[in-house]
Amino acid sequence: MTAEGIGARVLRKEDKRFITGNGRYTDDVTMQRMGYAAFVRSTHAHARIKSINTDDAMKMPGVDAVLNGHQLVADGIGNIICGWMIHSKDGSPMNMGAYRALESETVRYVGQAIAVVVADTQQQARDAAEAVVVDYEDLPAVIDSLDALKEGAPQLHPEAAGNLIYDWELGEEAQTDEAFANAAHITRMDIDNNRLIPNPMEPRAALAHFDPSEEHYTLYTTSQNPHVARLVLSAFYNVASENKLRVIAPDVGGGFGSKIFIYPEEIACLWATKRVGRPVKWTSDRTEAFLTDAHGRDHHSIAELALDENNKITGFRVKTVANLGAYMSLFSSSVPTYLYATLLSGQYNIPNIYANVKAVYTNTTPVDAYRGAGRPEATYVVERMMETAAKEIGMPPAEFRRINFIREFPHQTPVIMAYDAGDYEASLNAAMKVIDYDGFAQRRTHSEAAGKLRGIGISCYIEACGIAPSQAVGSLGAGVGLWESAEVRVNAVGTIEVLTGSHSHGQGHETTFAQLVSDRLGLPTDSISIVHGDTDKVQMGMGTYGSRSGAVGMSAIAKALDKVEAKAKKIAAHLMEASEGDIEIGNGELKVTGTDRKLTFTEVALAAYTAHNLPEGMEPGLKEGAFYDPTNFTFPAGCYICEVEVDPDTGVVSIEDFVAADDFGTIINPMIVEGQVHGGLVQGIGQAMLENARYDEDGQLLTASYMDYTMPRAGDVPSFTLETTVTECPGNPLGMKGCGEAGAIGSPPAVINAVTDALGIRDMNMPASPNRVWQLIQDNGLKQAAE
Amino acid sequence: MTTVSMTVNGKQISGEVEDRTLLSTFLRENQGLTGTHIGCDTSQCGACLVHLDGKAVKSCSMLAVQATGSAVITIEGVSQNGELHIMQKAFKENHGLQCGFCTPGMIISAIDMIDRLGTDLDEKTIRHELEGNICRCTGYHNIVKAIKAAADEMAEVLEAAE
Repeated sequence: MTAEGIGARVLRKEDKRFITGNGRYTDDVTMQRMGYAAFVRSTHAHARIKSINTDDAMKMPGVDAVLNGHQLVADGIGNIICGWMIHSKDGSPMNMGAYRALESETVRYVGQAIAVVVADTQQQARDAAEAVVVDYEDLPAVIDSLDALKEGAPQLHPEAAGNLIYDWELGEEAQTDEAFANAAHITRMDIDNNRLIPNPMEPRAALAHFDPSEEHYTLYTTSQNPHVARLVLSAFYNVASENKLRVIAPDVGGGFGSKIFIYPEEIACLWATKRVGRPVKWTSDRTEAFLTDAHGRDHHSIAELALDENNKITGFRVKTVANLGAYMSLFSSSVPTYLYATLLSGQYNIPNIYANVKAVYTNTTPVDAYRGAGRPEATYVVERMMETAAKEIGMPPAEFRRINFIREFPHQTPVIMAYDAGDYEASLNAAMKVIDYDGFAQRRTHSEAAGKLRGIGISCYIEACGIAPSQAVGSLGAGVGLWESAEVRVNAVGTIEVLTGSHSHGQGHETTFAQLVSDRLGLPTDSISIVHGDTDKVQMGMGTYGSRSGAVGMSAIAKALDKVEAKAKKIAAHLMEASEGDIEIGNGELKVTGTDRKLTFTEVALAAYTAHNLPEGMEPGLKEGAFYDPTNFTFPAGCYICEVEVDPDTGVVSIEDFVAADDFGTIINPMIVEGQVHGGLVQGIGQAMLENARYDEDGQLLTASYMDYTMPRAGDVPSFTLETTVTECPGNPLGMKGCGEAGAIGSPPAVINAVTDALGIRDMNMPASPNRVWQLIQDNGLKQAAE
Repeated sequence: MTTVSMTVNGKQISGEVEDRTLLSTFLRENQGLTGTHIGCDTSQCGACLVHLDGKAVKSCSMLAVQATGSAVITIEGVSQNGELHIMQKAFKENHGLQCGFCTPGMIISAIDMIDRLGTDLDEKTIRHELEGNICRCTGYHNIVKAIKAAADEMAEVLEAAE
């Protein structure tokens, strides 16, 4: 390892621009003659549009145009697609309702875009959008997914009878039923996973420009995957052909999944820029973000766990209803299916699993991937069940998990996944040790003496990352391959540019990717630049989500480095008249093994470009590209333990201690990995304690600002103690598993297991807000017990 | 339209604005100082914090005309003569930022915190004082650590100066 290589706590190369205010986010980019877009949005959850009157708006100062969905359709702009086909258990394809970037007939959620105004200033555009008069005929709305499935429920899309998008299954139902028939104990729970709103701090934005002489578009946008955006905009929305569309995702202020998708606003800006003949910029305000960024989670599940007389799990049966909102967002169909049910085996040896998932339409904002995407929902179901089952059979929760752990690898679960490596006991032991699990009883006694209720909760999570082997996901319905690309360009002076299809929006790729190169070649990270986020610079890429940038993105770089090294060795061997096999690379040098003969990497690079003395037949230059397609998912896993104290007078829950022990395989930069875990934990704790998207019965979003939706603040959460255990991932060249989502996946059940432990109750929903906890205390007569 | 003039990062400036123009918009669009970010419109998130006459204020919650005659320091003016402020360095050294969007506001807020409360800050105080700043990436752990480290270093600098 070099000083800046794999495993080193290298400070981030990208930080300087951010701490000095020199970051360049989409809304920071301006163009000559730029106009501003503002959207006319539905104020109704479900209504027929009788008319759209733009007369007053058109007369307002600075207004260029007010464009609507009729014009959009007439211009041949395609409907918004969902890129993952799911088939119902009867073999029928999912029922997808038409989704237009601007809706002109029937609106189906509050905030849906109806028209777009372009004006000279943002304020003028917003004023004019307010002046557009939309005449609605109200239709009944349905908000909850269970209500949407009922007889007589309001119907959203003619394509989806009964609001059912699909009725999907995974696993063997008959075998699983048999396990239940023979069970010694069955634990059954109703488990909800509350709806969340992602809230990256940078609101979405788009700046579109059309050059009529070249018939060429440029789009600056807040995207986690600019190449996917270009592909979809081109192939499905007919905005422009790929060679006539450049998508740039510059600095992006967080994504958490919500910036994967192609939204109506980007399409509308690209379409409008040509129509109005000037660049068009749209920047979301926060309430628009709450209303229109794809939401996350929102599951109702009924779960049953069957145990034999030795407390070994014999069967697991889960029925889930997933609310996908009013329309199918880009990857929404995959989240409650292949990203969810495939993880229902958790860390446990479960011979029989059956999952049934119904996805339904409701008059709410579309739901899609949000940090963890399916895996937090799976982990929550599994770990709430494990904790509850342990208590029902009178076994310590850690012990019950231990006797059911998978211990041999590879392990084929009954739900597709083949776990490649792991040591679940190691992370459980590490977490229990750090939190002093054995000392809990004494701490509880102290809390009780102070009139407080104390609880401890375990969560042993597993997730599937490194998304994903292209052929495998293709067979499961994905419309894309999920490889990654990289190009390593060695300059003639020996400095390096790495072009990657991964996109950094906070993850620190400019540092960690450079560390990989530094590790391999022994060059300082200062001489290595990472280029990403621009379809004109990077040929193709699939972007960043699903904790894939390390395991997949860096593997592509590693493959390209293999080729660079091989060519550099050939050149060095030729120049030093040595055998290629005797050349070793390190410390920025190419040496002949066992001799003092060497060339600097710079000398070899220069030789490659002067091409005065290259091996016979070799092309000049030193630049190599690679595509890496994963061989399997990766399986980060770990154990989180949360200890809480509840004030029975107020219902306030405080986290007294939180320990996370994670196995991410190889870690490139522990500082950055810890940061990812901290952030993920707080998003998970936010879900468990604070956050909740709430609609009223008419479909108005009640939590549409930071005054109503409780974002975790610094004072709501503790500092964390982190541990790592390592089993290397055998599936990729670096042994990496991925760390971006673990915190958000593993933490909610740890918190709720701790709170229910403190309260001595079995069931409760998230978030454990003071109101809810206080009510549970009253309902269960717990206050007296504590006194 | 109204003419507003103020000192921004030590420079006397003036500009023509609509009366309703917010200070944040004036700084970003009129002055091109895009380090001041707009994250929420309701003065909750703190991404738009600037120092106004020595106090941290949310520039999305005041009009540009209200800042007439004031001295404004934005994130671009926090480092002096190309030298990073101790707080900026501490954010980098402690990995107190990820996507960077909340960072300018966090740094402005943290400097203000030390101006008001001194350098003897414990974790609980720092967390409480960050009530008006939201970060979605870091989980606050390293932000709190960075502010504590900067406060400790500033205390040393002050002590050495005495």
